[in-house]
Amino acid sequence: MAISDLTRRGSLQIIDVAKILRNGSLYVAEARIRNLLQWKWSIVGEAVANPMFYLLSIGIGIGKIVNSHQSVGVDGVKYLTFLAPALLAATCIQGAVGEATHPVLEGFKWQKGFFAMNATPITGKQIANGVLLAAMTRVTFGCVVYFSALYLFGAVHGLHSLWLIPLTLFAANSFAVLMMGICAAIKNDDLFLNMVQRFLIMPLFLFSGTFYSLSSMPKFLQIIGWASPLWHATEVGRWISYGHHISHGALLFHFSYMAIMTIVGFKVAHHHFVKRLAK
Amino acid sequence: MKTSDAVLIAESLKGRFAEGTYSRRARAVLEHRRIAFKQGHWIVVASGFVEPILYLFSFGYGVGKLVGKIQVTPGHWVTYAQFIAPALLATSAMNGAIYDSTWNVYFRLKYDGTYKAMLATSLGPLDVALGEIGWALFRGLIYATGFTAIVMPLGIIKGWYGLLAIPAAVIIAFAFASIGMLYTTYAKSFAQMDWVNVVMLPLFLFSGSLYPLSIYPDWLRYVIEALPLYHGIQIVRCLSLGIIQWSLLLHVAYFVVMIVVGLTFTTKRMRALFMR
Amino acid sequence: MSTIGPAAGGKEPLIIARGLRKEYGDFTAVDGIDFQVNRGDSFGFLGPNGAGKSTTMRIIAATLTRSGGDITILGKDPEVRGPEIRAHLGVVPQQDNLDNSLTVEDNLYVYGRYFGLSKKFIHGKIEELLAFAQLEEKRGVKVEALSGGMKRRLTIARALVSEPEILMLDEPTTGLDPQARHILWDRLFRLKEQGVTLLITTHYMDEAEQLCDRLMVMDKGRIMAEDSPANLIKTYSTKEVLEVRFGSDRNAQFADQLRSMCDRIEVLPDRVLMYSDDCETLLHNVVSKGMQPTTSLVRRSSLEDVFLRLTGRSLVE
Repeated sequence: MAISDLTRRGSLQIIDVAKILRNGSLYVAEARIRNLLQWKWSIVGEAVANPMFYLLSIGIGIGKIVNSHQSVGVDGVKYLTFLAPALLAATCIQGAVGEATHPVLEGFKWQKGFFAMNATPITGKQIANGVLLAAMTRVTFGCVVYFSALYLFGAVHGLHSLWLIPLTLFAANSFAVLMMGICAAIKNDDLFLNMVQRFLIMPLFLFSGTFYSLSSMPKFLQIIGWASPLWHATEVGRWISYGHHISHGALLFHFSYMAIMTIVGFKVAHHHFVKRLAK
Repeated sequence: MKTSDAVLIAESLKGRFAEGTYSRRARAVLEHRRIAFKQGHWIVVASGFVEPILYLFSFGYGVGKLVGKIQVTPGHWVTYAQFIAPALLATSAMNGAIYDSTWNVYFRLKYDGTYKAMLATSLGPLDVALGEIGWALFRGLIYATGFTAIVMPLGIIKGWYGLLAIPAAVIIAFAFASIGMLYTTYAKSFAQMDWVNVVMLPLFLFSGSLYPLSIYPDWLRYVIEALPLYHGIQIVRCLSLGIIQWSLLLHVAYFVVMIVVGLTFTTKRMRALFMR
Repeated sequence: MSTIGPAAGGKEPLIIARGLRKEYGDFTAVDGIDFQVNRGDSFGFLGPNGAGKSTTMRIIAATLTRSGGDITILGKDPEVRGPEIRAHLGVVPQQDNLDNSLTVEDNLYVYGRYFGLSKKFIHGKIEELLAFAQLEEKRGVKVEALSGGMKRRLTIARALVSEPEILMLDEPTTGLDPQARHILWDRLFRLKEQGVTLLITTHYMDEAEQLCDRLMVMDKGRIMAEDSPANLIKTYSTKEVLEVRFGSDRNAQFADQLRSMCDRIEVLPDRVLMYSDDCETLLHNVVSKGMQPTTSLVRRSSLEDVFLRLTGRSLVE
C-alpha cells in the first residue's frame, strides 16, 4: 500500500506566533461559529419565530385588554410600544447567557474541547474571548431580526430607535460574560446552569419591569429589578424608544452598572478559564 | 423473588389481556425511575413548580394591575391572577409530562439501552410505557399539589371544587405523556426532538392562558379550540373558579382519546422497536 | 542518573529538565527528575498508571505549572512563554478531545486555524493528513461516527497539522484492538523515520520497544533507569527467561530450590520467572532435580523483566 509521506518545513518556519497572540480570539470564535452554522436554519427559525410568538400573544393579545382598560396607555404609550424594548433586551440577554455558558460546559467537561485548544498556542483568555465573541455574533443576528419584527409590528418608530440595538448588545454582553466566568469557576456546572435558569434568568425575566413598570411592584420585589441588567437595559431602552422619562443621574447609573458588570465579568472569566485549564 | 414465583406469575398471566405486552409489572419500571431520581439531580426536578409560581406572581400582580378584571362567563368577573393561575397549572402539568416523556425517554431509548434491558426480562412494552408515564403522572401530581398549596391560601383558587384541579392536572399530564412518548418512539434525531420545544411555547402563549380567546377572530379561535392545551386550561379554570358545566365532560373525553391513542400506539411501536 | 550536557551526543537538545517537581497538596506526582530530549529522539516514558508520566507530559506541553526545578523547551521557560512553546508542539492527549459535532475535515481545519495557518495551507495539508491517517473516505463524516482507532488516527493527524518540532503522544494505543495498534505504530514509525522528535508515554512494553530509541522508566514520580531498550535489558536482566508453572500452591514451595539454580528468580502469583543466559540448560536442570513443571516457556528478556527488577512489581496489573 502506497502511503504518501508528509511534506515538512517544520513549525519553526511556518508558524507566526505574534500573529496568534494577536488574533487567537478570532480563531476560537471562527471555530465556534463554524459549529453553530450547522444549526443555521434552527437559529434563523428561532430568531424569527420567537418575536412573532411574544409580540402576537403578549404584545397584541394582552395589549388589547390593557389598552381597553388604560385610557392613557402604559407609561403614556400603547402597551406594545412600552413592551418592545424590554422584550428585545430580555430575549437577547437570555440568548447571550445560553450561548456563552453552554459551550463552557462542553469545552471543560463533556468534550474537553478547551483543553484541545489550549494545547495549541491559544491561551485561556483567548478561549473566553472567542467563545463570547461567537455568542455575541449570534445574538447580534437575533437582535437585528427582533428589531425588524418590532419595526414591522409598529412597536418602535424612527431612526433613533436603532440605538436600541447597540444598547441591547451591551447589556447582553455584560451579563453573558459574567455568567460565563461563574460557569467556568463552578464544578457541578450542569446542575448550576439548571438552577441559574430557574432561579436567576426566569425571575429576572419576570421581575425586571419587563411587562409593567417596576415601580408598581412592592419595594422588596423592586430590588430584584435593580440588580438585574435587564431592568437597566429596559429603562434606557424605553428612554431611547419613546422618551420614557429618566434623569441624567439615572442614565449614568444604568450605564455604569452595565459597564462594571462587563469589567468584573471579564476579570472573573479570564481568571477562571486560565485556572481551570491548568488543573 | 424465587424462580418458581416468576414461573407462577408468567403462568397466571397466560391467556390474559394483552398477553406478552403487559405483565402487570409496570411498578418495576416506576421503581427504576424512583431510584434513578434519588441519585440524580432531584433538586432540579423538585423545584419545577417554582416557575409557574413566579409567572403567577409576576403576571397576576403586575399585569393584573394593568388589565383589571376579566369576564369568564357572562356576569362572572375574576381577578387576573384568578384567571391565569389555572392556566399556569395546566401548562406546567403539560411541560413536566412532555419533558419526562420526550427528552428523558429519548435518552433511554437511544443511548442508555435501558429499555432494551427491561424488555429482555419479563416486562412487556406496555409495562415500560405505563411505568414511564406513571412517573410523569407522579411528577405532575407533586407539582400540582405544590402549586395549589401555595396558591390556595392566597385565595386565588377557591372552594373545594378548586382541589379537583389537582386530579385534573394529573389527567392532563397523563394525556401529554402518552402522546409525548409516542412521538419520541418515532423520533430519529436530536433535531426532531427539538421540535417538541418549538411546539410547546406557542401552545402556552396562544391557548387562552394569558387572556380570553374572545379577542381572537373566529377562525383562530376554532384552531386553538382544537388543540389539547386549550382543553386542559378549560378544565382547570372551570374547576378552580367553581364553574361546573357539562362541557367539562367534553374536555375530559378529549384527553381520554389522547391517552388511549398514545398508549396503544406507543405499545405497538415499542414492540416493533425491541421485540422483533 | 543520566548525563546531561547541552550537546550530549553532538545533538541539539530540545527539552532539558533538572530537578523537575510537581506536587498536588501532599501528593508528589513528579519527584525531582532530570532528563534531556534531543532533536530527532524518539523518547519514551515507561511506567504504570500513576507513575507521573502524564504530569510530566503536561508540564512539557506548557499546560501545567511545575512546583519546583527547572525546565526549558526549545530553550524557553513554559511558564513564561507558553504560547511560543505550544506553537511548536503537536499534542495527542490520553483521551481524544476531538470536536464530535464537526466532520473529520473540519476538525483538522479548525485546529490548523488555532496555529494561525492560512486557509490555503491548511486545505493542502488536510489532503496529506487524510492520506496519512487513512481517513480519506471519512473526510465528510462526523467524528462521533468514527471507530476508536479512527479517532486516534485523526487525533494524531490533527497534532501534525502544524508540522510540529516535537510530537507528544500520551498513551497512544491504550484501548485499541491489536490491528488498530499496529496501524498506528506503522504511522508513528514513519514519522520517526522522517526525523520528527517523538515523546511517548506508555505502559506497554511492546510499544516502547517498537517506537523508542531511549526510554525513561518511571515509578512513583521518580526515574528508575534511563537508556535504550536494548541496553536496559542488558543492564537489568539476563539474556533469557524461563517461565515455569507448578500450580499456584507449589510455586512458592519450590522457590528456594529454584533460586539457587540461576542468577535471580521472581515468584509471581501464577508462575515463577527464572533469569539466566542459557535457559534451555536451566530447564533441563530443573526437571532433572525432580521438579516437573506443568508448563514451561523459554523466552528472551523483555522490558517487563527490567521493570520487575527495578520496581519489584508488574507494569500492567
